[in-house]
Amino acid sequence: QQIQEDLSKQLLDNLVSFLSRSHSDFQEKTTEWTCRMKFREIPTAALVLGVNVTDHDLTFRGLSDVLQDNITPYVALLEAKDCPGIKNLMQKLMGQLMNCDIEVDSLEDEDCVQASQNRIRCSMPSLISWYGSVTKKTDSETPSKKRNSSSRHWQSPPVVVIFKDMESFTTKVLQDFIVISSQHIHELPLVLVFGIATSPMIIHRLLPHSVSSLLCIELFQSLSCKEHLSTIIDKLLLTSRFPFKLGEKVLQVLINIFLYHDFSVQNFIKGFQLCIVEHFYSQPLSVLCCHLVDIKKRVYSLSHDQCENIRRLPSFRRYVEKQESGKQIELLTNDSFLKEETEKLLEDLHVYHENYVSILRCLHVFTSSLPKYPLGKQIRELHCACLENRVWETEEYESSLQLARMLNKTDLVTMLQQCVEILLSSSGKEFDRAVEKLKKFLTQFQNLEAEASQERDVSVSPQKELQKKTDLYHLQKTLLELKESRRCKKLTKFEMLRFEVVDYIDSLVRRYLVPADNRTLHEIVYFNAAAVLRGHLNAAPRTALHTALNKPHWYLKNQALKCDGGGISNKAPDICIVYKLHLECGRLINLVDWLEAFSTVVMAAEQPNADAASSDQVDDVIHARFIRAVSELELLGFIKPSKQKTDHVARLTWGGC
Amino acid sequence: LAKKRKEQKMGNLVEEYFEAHSSSKVLTSDRTLQKFRKRRLNQQTLHDLLKNVPLAYAAEIRDLNQQHESLFSKWMLQLHLGFNILLYGLGSKRDLLEKFRTSLLQDSVHLVVNGYFPSITVRSILNSVTEEVLDHIGTFRSPLDQLEFITKRFKEDSSLELYVLIHNLDSHMLRGERSQQILAQLSSLPSIYLIASIDHINAPLMWDQAKLSLYNWLWYETTTFNPYVEETSYENSLLVQQSGSLALSSLMHVLHSLTLNARGIFRLLAQHQLEKKDNPSYPGLSFQDFYQQCREAFLVNSDLTLRAQLTEFRDHKLIRTKRGADGVEYLLIPVDDSTLTDFLEKEDEDV
Repeated sequence: QQIQEDLSKQLLDNLVSFLSRSHSDFQEKTTEWTCRMKFREIPTAALVLGVNVTDHDLTFRGLSDVLQDNITPYVALLEAKDCPGIKNLMQKLMGQLMNCDIEVDSLEDEDCVQASQNRIRCSMPSLISWYGSVTKKTDSETPSKKRNSSSRHWQSPPVVVIFKDMESFTTKVLQDFIVISSQHIHELPLVLVFGIATSPMIIHRLLPHSVSSLLCIELFQSLSCKEHLSTIIDKLLLTSRFPFKLGEKVLQVLINIFLYHDFSVQNFIKGFQLCIVEHFYSQPLSVLCCHLVDIKKRVYSLSHDQCENIRRLPSFRRYVEKQESGKQIELLTNDSFLKEETEKLLEDLHVYHENYVSILRCLHVFTSSLPKYPLGKQIRELHCACLENRVWETEEYESSLQLARMLNKTDLVTMLQQCVEILLSSSGKEFDRAVEKLKKFLTQFQNLEAEASQERDVSVSPQKELQKKTDLYHLQKTLLELKESRRCKKLTKFEMLRFEVVDYIDSLVRRYLVPADNRTLHEIVYFNAAAVLRGHLNAAPRTALHTALNKPHWYLKNQALKCDGGGISNKAPDICIVYKLHLECGRLINLVDWLEAFSTVVMAAEQPNADAASSDQVDDVIHARFIRAVSELELLGFIKPSKQKTDHVARLTWGGC
Repeated sequence: LAKKRKEQKMGNLVEEYFEAHSSSKVLTSDRTLQKFRKRRLNQQTLHDLLKNVPLAYAAEIRDLNQQHESLFSKWMLQLHLGFNILLYGLGSKRDLLEKFRTSLLQDSVHLVVNGYFPSITVRSILNSVTEEVLDHIGTFRSPLDQLEFITKRFKEDSSLELYVLIHNLDSHMLRGERSQQILAQLSSLPSIYLIASIDHINAPLMWDQAKLSLYNWLWYETTTFNPYVEETSYENSLLVQQSGSLALSSLMHVLHSLTLNARGIFRLLAQHQLEKKDNPSYPGLSFQDFYQQCREAFLVNSDLTLRAQLTEFRDHKLIRTKRGADGVEYLLIPVDDSTLTDFLEKEDEDV
């Protein structure tokens, strides 16, 4: 658990830093703009942020921090849920501004008095007077006491108000606020920032012309969430820094949730976190999932049971079967020998990862520029394809190689150069040869350029000849020759070289992009339980209820409950019988008929057991059981009492579910 | 081909849906429970009867529950990592959560919220947090203020930890948008750990993206097949005698304490209503007509006494007055006809 918490913390830190970095240029732009815009109508920045509302918190926090550091100490963040009315909005605004102030100077005691005062009177004039007093204070103090840079630069720093979720504000409140603040703009330099999830059209829909004319709006676009996703995958999955890896299915599930459900990077991270937790919780050998330096120590501290666990891994079994018999016995009986072997295998696995990533990037360079993207545009698609099975056996790979053989030279050269860079930057030692080879290719290409120019000269010459000799026979002859030569000279040197390059890349792919499933001991670092993950993140309570009600034997392992076809056995729990009967009805259900049907079914089930007991008593009991089942169905939301007809209930679901 | 067939099936299903909902006519029999000649059970007898019924498949259900109980330590780990646990599936999850509480939370501060309890509110949850966990005595103007206070306290004091168990997060009282918002914010605090259970099929509709991310749910399917004993005891079922509406017994009880004339007045009204029961547009008896009839039967001697009498009836919810389109007051007994018939029969026996 210790390691795992470390790991997840490390991951999250990495992510947060990355996210803030990716936002930083965006924030820079906005801040710059806020500096520029001053003393006009009401300068407004509209940030178009996309529908993944949950990720925006981080953006806004970063933005307000940057603003506070660079420009103005007065930043207020408003959320729609805090401001149902204009009064609440003003209160919140004042409270935040004054608190900001306290945070910034944090030495004057009188601010505390101010802060407590904000509950009492929160109106625009009091805000202005407060602002006036603060600015006066800063004005008088600036020469002697060096406060933050902003107040030195401008006599009155602007007050920035950030509306986090523009869409969920009530129109009235927003309009009122804008109108009020526009009247005081000379005393109180306000800057508004709207966070917009949909499109900038919403401003014009929410605000009438009279109000929006008071604003001076500038649009800012943020990065799309898909780009975020690809960078995150790049940083998290395609590095050798983290020993923990995701299997293909799991990655597919996470990406699907992202692309088809919510576009939320935060949820993706949450899913990733869950994967880590699950992996370290369920897999006993996950202790070995660590950096290369720690492996040796941990392998040697393994207990006998853990060694047995290693032996039980399917991938290890496959490995053992491939060894000769003497070694097999050693591996299966001798713990210390096993430990040595394991260490070697784990190191192999690490080397494999490093090679894998760089070759994957090389391949991506090639495939991402092909028309129609047979292997996918993004590196994550390529990654999935490689993890799924042997990539060179797929049709897509075949077609992409076909396409690659038809590349023109300049593209090929730039690609090769990129590949060389990637391989150089990777730390794997095995690439020296590959790099050399590629470099050789490059020089050959350069040579080829020179040759090509010569060749062109050569090719020009026959044409000149053709012009010289004009008699018919010769002409025919030379033309034939030309044709001939064209046909057989199809493969120029360049083309030969091109084939060579592509084949070489192909061989690299075959060597290094072997899917992880085929590696020995991959279970230690790969998390592959996609079903568990999907169950926890993307659950379907309705389906669970439906199966429980329809096929109770799924959960209750009893022979009596099993039953052929779509019917239900009459020994099922009451609620299942009642549910089944209710499925047969239309929109409204008559309670009396329902009860009778139920009692018939239940009586049929009980008859063989006991036909004694006074029928009245039994009747009462059945009635009671029916009542219980019906009220349970009502609680579950399948039916509701209806006023349309006496003693009827309405069904709320349709069809089989 | 399979896909095509499926599509066709879907198409049929859709058409069937609209067919069924197109006409307001419903094809069900007209039988009612009243005709069924069955004494209505009240809550107590129901409870007694059900207690005697042995639970079917007890062994299997126990196995199932043991399976869920083996997850307890995992839940604890995941709660501490910032996730909140949500249980769904058929059957009451009350016992399971109780067991979780008694086995793992004995030593720590925890709060149990019975969502199915009909008078629970978010405010009462917040109050119990502030008063009992934080030892703060004092009132707050709004739940939002209170929430802010709680957030501040929990942020300041990292040693504070609170486990919140909510049975039926989707109950009627808690399913509102505002209460869910507050609960979501509460659960997003890192030192508050939330375990909740849902039952309603449409429960996930309560949450939008923002709330879901605040809740940070981990879904667990825990189908228990346990009967919903506590949960349904507050559910006013159709088949159980309801205390809210007027029942025959209470009708008799009230009328027995009235004077003879008053009973006569009520009887007159009831008879009149029963005569007109086949007329669906019957608005009730107008006050003027009623006064005339009462005078003829020597039940009242003035307009005023009748009005006083009617006020008394109205206080006991025995009658309802309705103003018609022409401004005339109409009187109605808000009891179904069968009960009224029963009442008149009983009355005849007594006399």
